[in-house]
Amino acid sequence: MHLLVCGGTGCRASESSLILESLKRELEEKGLGSEVQVIMTGCFGFCEKGPVVKVMPDNTFYVQVKPEDAAVIVAEHVIKGRPVQRLLYVDPKSKEHVSDSKHMGFYRKQIRIALRNCGFINPENIDEYIARDGYEALAKCVSEYSGADVIDIIKKSGLRGRGGAGFPTGLKWEIASKNKADQKYVVCNADEGDPGAFMDRSVLEGDPHSVLEAMAICGYAIGASKGLIYIRAEYPLAIQRLKVALGQAREYGLLGNNILGSDFGFDIELRYGAGAFVCGEETALIHSMEGHRGEPTNKPPFPAESGFLGKPSNVNNVETYANIPVIITKGWEWFSSIGTEKSKGTKVFALAGKINNVGLIEVPMGTTLREIIFEIGGGIKNGKKFKAVQTGGPSGGCLTEKHLDTPIDFDNLVAVGSMMGSGGMIVMDEDDCMVSIAKFFLEFTVEESCGKCAPCRIGNKRLHELLTHITKGNGTMADLDRLKNMCNVIKDTSLCGLGQTSPNPVLSTMNNFMDEYLAHVTEKRCPAGQCRDLMKYSIILDKCVGCTACARGCPVNAITGERKGPHFIDQEKCIKCGACFEKCKFGAVLIN
Amino acid sequence: MERLKSLADLKKIREDARVKLDLRVKGDNPEGLVLVKVAMATCGIASGAKPIMDFFVEELDKRGIGAVVTQTGCMGYCYAEPTVEVQLPGREPVVYGFVDKKRADEIIEKYIKNGELVEGIIPVNYEKID
Repeated sequence: MHLLVCGGTGCRASESSLILESLKRELEEKGLGSEVQVIMTGCFGFCEKGPVVKVMPDNTFYVQVKPEDAAVIVAEHVIKGRPVQRLLYVDPKSKEHVSDSKHMGFYRKQIRIALRNCGFINPENIDEYIARDGYEALAKCVSEYSGADVIDIIKKSGLRGRGGAGFPTGLKWEIASKNKADQKYVVCNADEGDPGAFMDRSVLEGDPHSVLEAMAICGYAIGASKGLIYIRAEYPLAIQRLKVALGQAREYGLLGNNILGSDFGFDIELRYGAGAFVCGEETALIHSMEGHRGEPTNKPPFPAESGFLGKPSNVNNVETYANIPVIITKGWEWFSSIGTEKSKGTKVFALAGKINNVGLIEVPMGTTLREIIFEIGGGIKNGKKFKAVQTGGPSGGCLTEKHLDTPIDFDNLVAVGSMMGSGGMIVMDEDDCMVSIAKFFLEFTVEESCGKCAPCRIGNKRLHELLTHITKGNGTMADLDRLKNMCNVIKDTSLCGLGQTSPNPVLSTMNNFMDEYLAHVTEKRCPAGQCRDLMKYSIILDKCVGCTACARGCPVNAITGERKGPHFIDQEKCIKCGACFEKCKFGAVLIN
Repeated sequence: MERLKSLADLKKIREDARVKLDLRVKGDNPEGLVLVKVAMATCGIASGAKPIMDFFVEELDKRGIGAVVTQTGCMGYCYAEPTVEVQLPGREPVVYGFVDKKRADEIIEKYIKNGELVEGIIPVNYEKID
């Protein structure tokens, strides 16, 4: 028998290490020390109800355990084999005690569809993919369905594009299939550009065949015989695994002419991108693949009409494709039973920032931010307070405490001023300055703007200048108005999605954290203490013992004072480097 | 490898491959093979999964333990890389996080040899769809 004690930050903060000690001691006393093992594990993710203790092999899950409960767990459960009822998790709906963690709602919060094989199969072995029903969907399509049938299934499933905009995938395929041409193309957008998002890379690295199979299915549905994967060259491992996968699929005749004995032929080529953010936009992506500069053009014409080399092309993102084979094998009814009314299925999120369980998660649409951040994500690092979460990468918006219970889907996120984007989720805590965060994201868009249209090229630069102005303490109320106006102009007049969404971080932080902007402008103060130019260091005379450590550490000799006497900081000379704060052992240096 | 001509061909390969995979999944392998899966996506490799995989391959061989060591994709626990999933015959797989050589050695000596769990387990928190 094993007793697993959670050793995540949250549970440790509520004394889980004492529980571990008490359990060990109790077991020793009862002479079971050698038979029952007590082990500290990683975070169970269920921090809301921590500390957590799990008993194996019966899977009993105890919540909110206290060190003094160790005795009863050992006496009742270990010795007599009876679970301790009062420590079991109580299902909030049925009000019943749940003893087996497999029946807890929490562990059903993540369902892996796009990531179904990631971390399960060997990505370089096609047989393992086939063993997991791989290529069955393709076989079914070419032998049983017509192209129109396939499109119908995808339409009914309610799948929407996972690259950001959420356009219905089935409809996109239908438009491409109706456009007549001698050659059509299936394009996979693997130019994952959002900082902090890495789900597409993980799918390609962990399950490349699912994307190849889906592209072939799409080719069959729209009548294309060629596929292209546009992938950034900075994903070398994903490229290597794709190459291996392509080779194996060709050997098995799952790509090439007469796939599985049918008349249908399809093959895929790789195209490398240099890692420009704008190339995630489909028209820019197509231009880049053609060998031109990666710049967007006006839509229409949409790629479905005139895409790669002027031929009808269907562009979908990696995660979208990864959903296709399962929809065919398990049926659209199954897929559309998951998620919300208008957003079906699951979405993969890359959790990053000030959160305990940084990583990839896949949850049904409609899961709330609270569930993602506090239950699956294990809460905020170092027990700090949650402040905001940025969804949708640099083009998304910052959501706050009041949005935590919003069910996440394409439409709800837009309604609260953010977007799904590709699914990056950056969590911020009380130490983050929202003005600096907006500035940080703009720095990225300024750098990544292709420069073709003026609102994006010039406007974003100006926005960035205004924000810098404010963080240096030179902002005025008129600047705030100008900021908002300019944001709206850029949104309305930019050529492509990059410019149309780049002001989102500014607008959403202005909407939700106006008090912070006002503090910077009117009080010349940064509430989070991040903006260096607004910081003021001073010495608390009562606490200063005159050790001279700060004065010796100051690189610009701004601190004066006698040995064993009080010290002072000359604000004119101070460069706000913080050396005195670090040097002082008595907590006498104050930052505000 | 032969080209597949039909759904029947695919099914045949699938059955063969499934038998192999099932041995791992169900673990009713007469030889009692241990399966070690090392998460080798970019996150894992960046945190040192490669030497850990080599360590498992070499050490299991040296210590005479019949085991299959394979690579796999990202399990999603990027904060705890390198992560390694170990499945003993007939038992549920266990994922270990922050695996360095010391912990890898412990996993072989304690868990693989005697079935004693060691520190660093990451609880699985998702549902698979099959």
